[in-house]
Amino acid sequence: MKEENKLQNLVFQTRRDILRMVNNVNSGHPGGSLGCTEFFIALYHEVMEINENFSMDGYNEDVFFLSNGHISPVFYSTLARRGFFPISELSTFRLINSRLQGHPTTHDNLPGIRIASGSLGQGLSVALGASLSKKLNNDNKLVYILLGDGELQEGQNWEAAMFASANKVDNIIATVDLNGKQIDGSTDEVLSLGDLKNKFLSFGWEILELKEGNNIDLIIKTLKKAKALTRKEKPVIILMETEMGNGVDYMMGTHKWHGVAPNDELLLKALDQNPETIGDY
Amino acid sequence: MNKFENTGSKDTRSGFGSGLLELGRSNPNVVALCADLTGSLKMDGFMRENPERFFQVGVAEANMIGIAAGLTIGGKIPYTGTFANFSTGRVYDQIRQSVAYSNKNVKICASHSGITLGEDGATHQILEDIGLMKMLPGMVVINPCDYNQTKAATIAISKHYGPVYLRFGRPSVPNFTDPNLKFEIGKGIILNQGTDVTIIATGHLVWDALNAAEYLEEKGIYAEVINIHTIKPIDEKIILNSIKKTKAVVSAEEHNFHGGLGETVSRILSQNYPAPQEFVATNDTFGESGKPAELMNKYGLNKESIIDSCEKVIKRK
Repeated sequence: MKEENKLQNLVFQTRRDILRMVNNVNSGHPGGSLGCTEFFIALYHEVMEINENFSMDGYNEDVFFLSNGHISPVFYSTLARRGFFPISELSTFRLINSRLQGHPTTHDNLPGIRIASGSLGQGLSVALGASLSKKLNNDNKLVYILLGDGELQEGQNWEAAMFASANKVDNIIATVDLNGKQIDGSTDEVLSLGDLKNKFLSFGWEILELKEGNNIDLIIKTLKKAKALTRKEKPVIILMETEMGNGVDYMMGTHKWHGVAPNDELLLKALDQNPETIGDY
Repeated sequence: MNKFENTGSKDTRSGFGSGLLELGRSNPNVVALCADLTGSLKMDGFMRENPERFFQVGVAEANMIGIAAGLTIGGKIPYTGTFANFSTGRVYDQIRQSVAYSNKNVKICASHSGITLGEDGATHQILEDIGLMKMLPGMVVINPCDYNQTKAATIAISKHYGPVYLRFGRPSVPNFTDPNLKFEIGKGIILNQGTDVTIIATGHLVWDALNAAEYLEEKGIYAEVINIHTIKPIDEKIILNSIKKTKAVVSAEEHNFHGGLGETVSRILSQNYPAPQEFVATNDTFGESGKPAELMNKYGLNKESIIDSCEKVIKRK
């Protein structure tokens, strides 16, 4: 299989996983999950250096944190298809006694998860702690973190942003999923984030802008560029513009599918647009 | 009556500072974080000796808790330091999700607990922190009684994997426990044997409990005094064994009776061996400015209140 086909096939399959998972329990967050599918596949298949066996401490490997935990479907699908746990377990998403909780948790020892997230705004601080831990351990691998744009309304992010540059935490690559939407509407309507680029600039971060955040080749390129910017005494952030609900025509261009699952009829419509490639769970 | 000698009053926060300094020398994985209160927390010794393992986070407690949670990934044992109010209420959700629910090996070290912080008043005091912390699944809650015990507890919690809340204070209080006594998490200590009433005390009130027992003995009342330094997991056995003997209990703590040690004792009694109980605790109130001793007297957290409560509870048997 050609490399580009491999990635595109994973994108289709991951979208199918997301849609089927949320449909099965009539809950969960498909919009942001679909918007970040290409990012997750790029990160876990082309960018991060990951050890074969999962360990909480992540010594000598890149580690990833998801701050906006509600996009757990894309995280779970990515982890399962990268071999962290059986693909069949995706069918237990949000069901009782499952390790695949509505929002990710370490509580049930699901491989690949290093922190609980869901209550927003906490991930960047945690990722900074892990970055400091790597520095203390002389571990040259990196820490990656994904943040939602809506959650930047939480003040803790800005405490963390200030700390990172003041302490020259330069082994971290943060990415903001800039889809411009949150539960109640567009981020502009709910609480404008203002000039985000200049906000992070003034907080002392190295900024990369990615206008086509659903273009997997450009995501890989940008992440590699970000990697080259690490260890230069500045934290690095990618402002990645994405389309919420990407890959499903009726979910795009609206905030309405942030936290709503498609019914059976709409699921079929969505699946028609995303062919089965490497096999449904 | 067992005699306890005050070997020289000291603040419990200095016990923490001293324990942390010792840990800095003995355990390379111990790291410390402080939110702009390094001097108040007595963390400056550790900071000077281990600048690479000390993180000044500024006035940003939420970020401090998150960073601490992250530092555990990679094997570090973070000790966070700020006042008890800013260690708990201010960052409850950060502790809940990033530390407790995530089962991270973070030691939340809280000075200036209770009302004995004194003159700064109710914005800086907290009488609710034990309740907040003991409700979190998996959280260990420790409230030592003097300098020696706080130092020993600070060292002991580094060997316990999991989240811990360590509560201590600002004022100088009698230092009377054996400096060589091993600190065992979850093990109460009988300081005085008695037959008529059990005084279960924690933190600064343990010394008052001993003084109350001494006074009561002169009146022919024999009080058993138990130092409950670990409020969770609590030593049910030592409490029940004592109350089966004395059939009456007084709990004493520098905390609101809602959510405090006393309520945990009540739960143990009602489930196992119902017996009358009186509470020496604050009564659903905020604190205020004043000298520590004045405040303890005004809010009934002293030897006299313990004596009154003992006499009252014995009559209820």
